[in-house]
Amino acid sequence: MTNHEIIRLVDISKTFDDTPVLKNINLYIRRNEFVTLLGPSGCGKTTTLRIIGGFEEPTTGKVLFEGKDITNIPPYKRKLNTVFQRYALFPHMDVAENIAFGLNIKKIDKKLIKEKVENMLNLVNLQGFEKRSVDSLSGGQQQRVAIARALVNEPDVLLLDEPLGALDLKLRKGMQIELKNIQKKLGITFVYVTHDQEEALTMSDTIVVMNEGVIQQIGTPIDIYNEPKNAFVADFIGESNIIDGVMIEDYLVEFANHRFKCLDSGFEPNENVDVVVRPEDVKLVPKGQGMIEGRVLSVLFKGVHYEMLVQSNGIKWLVHSTLMEPVDSIVGINILPDDIHIMKKVR
Amino acid sequence: MKKGWIAYPYVVWLVIFIFVPLLLIVFYSVTKTTDEGIVFTLEYFKRFFEPIYIMVLLRSLYLALISTIICLLLGYPLAMILASKEFRHKRVLLLLVVIPMWMNFLLRTYAWLTLLEKNGVINTFISFIGLPKMELLYNQGAVVLGMVYNFLPFMVLPIYSVLIKIDKSIIEAAEDLGANSRTVFRKVIFPLSLPGVVSGITMVYMPAVTTFVISRLLGGGQFTLIGNLIEQQFLYTGEWGFGSALSLLMMILILFSMAIMSKYEKESEGGGLF
Ligand SMILES: Nc1ncnc2c1ncn2[C@@H]1O[C@H](COP(=O)(O)OP(=O)(O)OP(=O)(O)O)[C@@H](O)[C@H]1O
Ligand SMILES: [Mg+2]
Repeated sequence: MTNHEIIRLVDISKTFDDTPVLKNINLYIRRNEFVTLLGPSGCGKTTTLRIIGGFEEPTTGKVLFEGKDITNIPPYKRKLNTVFQRYALFPHMDVAENIAFGLNIKKIDKKLIKEKVENMLNLVNLQGFEKRSVDSLSGGQQQRVAIARALVNEPDVLLLDEPLGALDLKLRKGMQIELKNIQKKLGITFVYVTHDQEEALTMSDTIVVMNEGVIQQIGTPIDIYNEPKNAFVADFIGESNIIDGVMIEDYLVEFANHRFKCLDSGFEPNENVDVVVRPEDVKLVPKGQGMIEGRVLSVLFKGVHYEMLVQSNGIKWLVHSTLMEPVDSIVGINILPDDIHIMKKVR
Repeated sequence: MKKGWIAYPYVVWLVIFIFVPLLLIVFYSVTKTTDEGIVFTLEYFKRFFEPIYIMVLLRSLYLALISTIICLLLGYPLAMILASKEFRHKRVLLLLVVIPMWMNFLLRTYAWLTLLEKNGVINTFISFIGLPKMELLYNQGAVVLGMVYNFLPFMVLPIYSVLIKIDKSIIEAAEDLGANSRTVFRKVIFPLSLPGVVSGITMVYMPAVTTFVISRLLGGGQFTLIGNLIEQQFLYTGEWGFGSALSLLMMILILFSMAIMSKYEKESEGGGLF
């Protein structure tokens, strides 16, 4: 039953004081899926999550849980738990009491509670922190307590709002793997919010890219990365060169004063399009051997690769390459048909 | 400390207006003037332990306790309404709570007199609709009413200011973990508001124990409270020694209860109690 749908948002829109924040969101989430809502700050990720959690009522639309309408069901009756963006730990309780809160309400046997709390503390690497007051914890530790407090209830669905935001890079990488493992092991559906595209790409089964309250694209990380539906997605997921182009005919596109072969068809003749090329797909070759030519403006070393800006016919190409070309040298540029992504203009 | 001199005016102030009067009170309470001059005595303190005065003290403590409980029962829900986001008229309501505090204490209490009098507003209304007039004034009820009315804002405001500081997301977290609104109140809101409750209780109980205006105006002198007793010693009987001894005992009592309260407050902040 792994592909069984557990949550569905139907035509959800949300307006705050006459400002539309979500517009016509339609989305379904399968059981045991790791779904990530990804988008820039203020695009409505938290609002979407709060509507699923029951903390916000949609202006229009419905939330379905296992096929049943739960739009008007209060949060405490929903079979899901949330890790809040700003932890929201109980300041008058210690770490163990915080984690045990949900279990205490369910009136579970005290001994069992203690055991479960201990297991959770092990899971989030906070052994021995039971009696610590939550104010005495670092941001990262608080976040892990918040994760443990939600997970211990073994919910069908866990909503996580940027749960790793306060962690340093190393701890964040570690927790990403940890969370992914937990999700697989416990078989919990994760709805995960982040604005970090790398995090989304590494952890998710499905990514939902949002912008200004509208879903831009839903797909697997590979789909989203390789086949971005529009210039926004292409730009947001990884760095991209986005260039104005003209579709001359099927499989032929003109940009940078050159006609390139491509794999796209089905556009009007001479239709204006966005052309997206990933920086690693812009191949630099010796002068004279390229389709077009350009001059290197700047070089930055980025650890594994060099990041270069190459100016050509008024376009600045962002190029990633393991080989460096010196500044001011003239180079040839090749772009293979496979690496050219043509998109309909949105605006 | 470099700028220590800034504190000097305050030190002078403290000495003149607090320390010296206190010394005088202590002095008056343990001395009396006889033919041989001023001699040391503990007779004023002994006199306090006569049953009639103990009765006065107990009555003061009792009426103040009743008033404090009523203030808490009225004030807590009021503070919650004021602190809730959904309530539209909260500015108006908050103003209604605060405005009486801008008026003179005596005037406010006199206002109740005209309401409760034999021929006052309420009785006029009652007889107008054909019911017999009632004895509303000069009983314990009137005194408690006066205390509750005068001191209610001191209960509402500290609780209110603690309640509005509670992070909304903490309440949402509790709901998320399965708590219905009653459990949220019991396990989260109330424990977090305890510091406000404690300071509210302190701020109502202390002045209620020592008040003499309310009991004299609304109790009509039949309900002598400890405040009245002290007032009488200084203004009418001229027994400054006994008055000073009473004041001193009162002060010790208050300091003692404050110490207990503040200890309690600290504990509840640390979350040790719940
Ligand atoms: N209670 C509210 N009242 C009014 N406007 C709100 C409210 N909550 C959110 N908004 C607005 O809705 C928009 C979306 O907010 P939301 O919190 O969902 O963004 P987000 O995608 O989670 O952003 P971030 O990544 O910064 O957390 C923002 O413009 C925000 O100002
Ligand atoms: Mg957010």
